[in-house]
Amino acid sequence: MKKKAILKYIITAVVICVSLFFLQKLVQPKYMSDVVEGRLIAEYYDEEKDHDVIFVGDCEVYENFSPKVLWEEYGINSYIRGSAQQLIWQSYYLLEDTLRYEKPDVVIFNILSMMYDEPQKEAYNRMTIDGMKWSMSKVKSIQASMTEREEFLDYVFPILRYHSRWNELSKEDITYMFDAPNVAFNGYYMRVDVKPAENIPEGKILADYRFGDNSYYYLDKMVELCEKEGVELIFVKAPSLYPYWYPEWEEQMEEYAAEHGIRYINFLENVEETGVDFAVDTYDAGLHMNLSGAEKITRYLGDVLSEEVGLEDRRGEEKLQKIWEPKIKAYEEEIIRQYEKYGMN
Amino acid sequence: MLFTSYDFLGFILVLFVLYYIVPKKFQWPLLLGFSYIFYFLADPTYLIYIGITTVTVYLLGCKIEQFREEQSAYLKANKEVLSREDKKLYKNKIKSKQWKYLLIALFINIGILAVLKYTNFAISNVNSIMGLLGSDKQFGFLDLALPMGISFYTFQSVGYIIDVYRGTCKAEKNIFKFALFVSFFPQLVQGPISRFSQMAETLYQEHSFDAKNVCYGLQRILWGFFKKLVIADRILTAVNEIIRNPDEYAGAYVFVGMMFYALELYADFTGGIDVTIGVAEVLGIRLAENFNRPFFSKSIKEYWNRWHITMGTWFTDYIFYPISVCGPMLKLSKFSRKKLGENLGKRVPIYLSSFTVWLATGIWHGASWNFVVWGLGNWVVIMVSQELEPLYAKFHARFHLQSNRYFQFFQVIRTIFIMSCLRSFDCYRNVPVTFKMLGTMFTTWNWNILWDGSLMQLGLTMTDYLILLAGTILLIAVSMIQRKGKVRDQIAACPYAVRVAIWYGLFLVVLLTGVYGIGYEASQFIYNQF
Repeated sequence: MKKKAILKYIITAVVICVSLFFLQKLVQPKYMSDVVEGRLIAEYYDEEKDHDVIFVGDCEVYENFSPKVLWEEYGINSYIRGSAQQLIWQSYYLLEDTLRYEKPDVVIFNILSMMYDEPQKEAYNRMTIDGMKWSMSKVKSIQASMTEREEFLDYVFPILRYHSRWNELSKEDITYMFDAPNVAFNGYYMRVDVKPAENIPEGKILADYRFGDNSYYYLDKMVELCEKEGVELIFVKAPSLYPYWYPEWEEQMEEYAAEHGIRYINFLENVEETGVDFAVDTYDAGLHMNLSGAEKITRYLGDVLSEEVGLEDRRGEEKLQKIWEPKIKAYEEEIIRQYEKYGMN
Repeated sequence: MLFTSYDFLGFILVLFVLYYIVPKKFQWPLLLGFSYIFYFLADPTYLIYIGITTVTVYLLGCKIEQFREEQSAYLKANKEVLSREDKKLYKNKIKSKQWKYLLIALFINIGILAVLKYTNFAISNVNSIMGLLGSDKQFGFLDLALPMGISFYTFQSVGYIIDVYRGTCKAEKNIFKFALFVSFFPQLVQGPISRFSQMAETLYQEHSFDAKNVCYGLQRILWGFFKKLVIADRILTAVNEIIRNPDEYAGAYVFVGMMFYALELYADFTGGIDVTIGVAEVLGIRLAENFNRPFFSKSIKEYWNRWHITMGTWFTDYIFYPISVCGPMLKLSKFSRKKLGENLGKRVPIYLSSFTVWLATGIWHGASWNFVVWGLGNWVVIMVSQELEPLYAKFHARFHLQSNRYFQFFQVIRTIFIMSCLRSFDCYRNVPVTFKMLGTMFTTWNWNILWDGSLMQLGLTMTDYLILLAGTILLIAVSMIQRKGKVRDQIAACPYAVRVAIWYGLFLVVLLTGVYGIGYEASQFIYNQF
């Protein structure tokens, strides 16, 4: 009798836990049609972890560099661990997380996020952190990123955060409950359309141009981590015209890079060399590159990586070729799909 | 720490576990520790005020008890020597000493409450009067923190010492046990206002883990969360929109606002009390019930016997009766009977005592004229209906409607409407605005807002309205079922699968449709501020 009762309670507990698990999966946003940026971080875990180069940073990495070009033209296998408004401590913990799986030769960090010294928006936090697998890096990233009203428990049980989505569930939420196709190409978010940069806003005068202590703290940690792991760290500043990149910020980054012996490429200052034309190479008036712009600056970067850094051409490796074949196919299909979508030839 | 916060859930979870694993003799000290931690986390400075109340009431209560013990020892020892007159004299002497100590306790504790809660109200009135008299001088307001739950623990402590003075309960000799009575955290925030004699029965007892108690307690907590998170905090948006913008929302909107506020207040307050009683129940402690389906009342008097019951009985026991039987009131009674005749004269003291009670009730609820008018409004309605009773009697004798269901339904609706009108004083920013807005219900004819989609502009979506409708139907259904006895007992009698489905279903409703987390403003329980 007692055994029967215990069994009854165990079955009840299991049914409740399983149903809550399914419910949680159901209400979590899938980021498949709107704001696909929310899916970028999670896609990495399905990858074969054998990359030569890892990018970390915000939209200035995942919209401006094409790993496909690096592979096809330089034989460099790379992956972008970027997400929308990725803050520097999030980049740091993502890097820490990535290094648990693989040790690349080079890590490229886009330094725009130095401008943020404090947590910003909850929605962006979620898009960066939700996709991470659980580890101490994720825990620390949550702790460092939470805005005033956020709760740690909401990250542990996302149903607490997304509970009100029951009212806006769509077919997409069921279709992609457990599995979803990749939306990015090794972390690259492709856009082929064009919106020329016309009125470029000037930067507002700031009270203090010095980057915050918190930003420097995590930058130091990133440098230390790369040194410890024997990975070369490269700083880049993508050629985005906005947010405005102040000369005072540039000075600080140049000084920091020189002091620590870190290679630093500011693409805003290499517009002629890269061949970026803001009339045709951006899809949102200068904030981000489109496909044409991204491929141009990736070629410039590819030259640096193969000639100056000395990364090997791995195109001869059969295993990698097999991995890249379907990726290149999907990449090209996506170009055609987008050309049709935007009515371009 | 809000009752609906994760912190609170974590706090009680840790307490529940520790409570049943520590040796039983440490259960009540554990509760005391947790209660003080709870208060400390709200604001460490609050501990000073609750500490003063605890120590003064404890010491003075002990002193009063000591006199009683001395008195009985003296009378016992001198039983045969003392004449009846001597005994009476001695008793009066002791009573007078006890009275002095009682007065000191009341002066200190009501004084703290009055200073903290009403000083700025007094200053604003003085400033208004000086302004009317043409003076430019204005007094600045004081920055006084109102400790969480001060009205509740002060009333509870004052009730205790009056009971000790009256001899209806013995003073607690252990200061830590007494401190737990004053600070027991679940009821610290919004009551109920417990009596020592009732609460002590289970508060200091050693409790073994009882699965039924624990389940019942957790079920009650869940039901409280349903009321608070699904109903009260959802409808709050529309209530605030209406009452904060009186220029935009007049006429039928005022009616809508009144009805919405009635639902919000009921769900908020009873939800909070459900959580309080549920937490206590898990710990094996019995607290007094504070509500008895108040919206089924057929008169205002009945309503007040069923709403915030512990406050009503507190005012009756510690203000109404003492005033009714005090010397000056008895003299007044004699005088009024002589001058106004037996019939009217005997009612004068009752009206006066009742007036005092409702004035105090109003002021207790808040330091503003709104609450004074609200309190006195209740008094007027109750007195008028009392005066009209002979007329009602004649009416019922002629038409025999008392047992007619439709008439009873009319009485219930009438009570809800009158109470909602009175409650408007609790909502609008001042008394003139409240009167003006109530007036617009009869002057601004815009009842079409009820069906032309205007209600969708109040910050609620159609889904919100549907949830509120379903929630309200559930509240009414549960109240109806309560007539047959405890709902939890009735559910417990169902087959296992049905029980699980009901409680898990309710949990899912709270989890998915509750108004909590990012995107929603966490809202304090309304009665936290008292």
